[in-house]
Amino acid sequence: MQKFVCDACGWVYDPAQGDPENGVAPGTAFADIPDDWVCPECGAGKDQFSPTD
Amino acid sequence: MSEPEKAGHVLKEGIDWVGAVDWTVRDFHGYETSRGSTYNAYLIRDEKTALIDTVKAPFAAELLANVSALADLAKVDYVVCNHAEPDHAGSLPTVLAACPNAELVCDAKCRDALGLYHDTSGWRIHVVNDGETIRLGRRTLQFVQTPMVHWPESMFTYVPEDKLLFSMDGFGQHLATSARFDDLVPLDVVLAEAKTYYANILMLYGGPIGRTLQAAGGLDIEMIAPSHGVIWRTHLDAILSAYADWVAMKPAAKVLVIYDTMWKSTEAMARAICDGAAAAGAEAKLLHARATGGTVIATEVLDAACLAVGSPTLNATIMPQMAAVLTYLKGLRPHGKAGLAFGSYGWGANATKELAEYLTAMKVEVVGEPLVSQYAPNAATLDGCRAAGAMLAEKARHLAAGNT
Repeated sequence: MQKFVCDACGWVYDPAQGDPENGVAPGTAFADIPDDWVCPECGAGKDQFSPTD
Repeated sequence: MSEPEKAGHVLKEGIDWVGAVDWTVRDFHGYETSRGSTYNAYLIRDEKTALIDTVKAPFAAELLANVSALADLAKVDYVVCNHAEPDHAGSLPTVLAACPNAELVCDAKCRDALGLYHDTSGWRIHVVNDGETIRLGRRTLQFVQTPMVHWPESMFTYVPEDKLLFSMDGFGQHLATSARFDDLVPLDVVLAEAKTYYANILMLYGGPIGRTLQAAGGLDIEMIAPSHGVIWRTHLDAILSAYADWVAMKPAAKVLVIYDTMWKSTEAMARAICDGAAAAGAEAKLLHARATGGTVIATEVLDAACLAVGSPTLNATIMPQMAAVLTYLKGLRPHGKAGLAFGSYGWGANATKELAEYLTAMKVEVVGEPLVSQYAPNAATLDGCRAAGAMLAEKARHLAAGNT
């Protein structure tokens, strides 16, 4: 599945890992993350993320 | 080095501090700067002349006077902006107008941020990427992107020939002093202010800072020149090892009791928790939210293992200063701590429920049910508070020893 990088801090969302500490289960595609979710590292909004390898 | 040279503003031959000391600032966007601050800027004179960072806008004339004393402003070739925040970049419009031949050097995110603060349409901007260099003559400026240390656009500038790192907010301290170097001020004062700075400005960016420290570990550094406070030339080991502990948020066997009170009922509980923790051998501190500001509380939280947070129920919620302190702490994202909630109430124990929600939101491991007292606590309630304090002391020892 497509990974996404935070444009502000460089943290990478890997769908295989999810963000379980913040309620996003492993296996969740980026598009399916709730809109109010923020980058766990810097607090940037979901709209601040771009696709990455 | 002669005494006047050692005590002056010369970092290395041809590299001078040209910033400003803010002796009177006591409220830095809410951060209580009890010792004032400095806005550090540095001038490098080589075949080309480069100014590293500027100062807060009201100090622009001071900066320009300091630069003019060393160099013709028309001969300034580069103004490097490591960080777009107004305490360092606020003077850029004035400085670039006064230095007509200067190019502004920054990374792409910094250029974008500056464009949202200032009218940059007339500026000549030289965008640099991570690892890029500019040759000044004998010396080189090497740029290291350091996102989120402290904003997305932040970067360090490194001069390999002098083993000198301009670390922007990293390793800074809000400390006004006539001395420019770490060995000219009592080390405990510098480290205490560096800790307060880290806790209040950088605590939530421990992840990126840890990665930056690893990357910077590959640089040969003998001097670190931050954008606030004194320059590290003697005690680098002390500040680097302190940063390693702070980034890891390494806990001490310390229990904090943070509370507010109306008629001293919650305060009596707070005292009992604190006494219980101290009697059980932990370092214990009582912090009244209206007596001790959030800046000091955040600094204490940085290396505390356990937190007891207390408030009576007022207007069916927690007291406003506790809400302010907890909102501030939640934003700083401490991690790896344990704690519990306590408080008195008259007819609805909402406060302790809300305090427990704050602890959960802060990812504090809640290690006990809230301690409550209807109106004033009786002897049995206070015994329960002392026992909870002893339990927190035990937990704090475990956490400090690296266990959970």
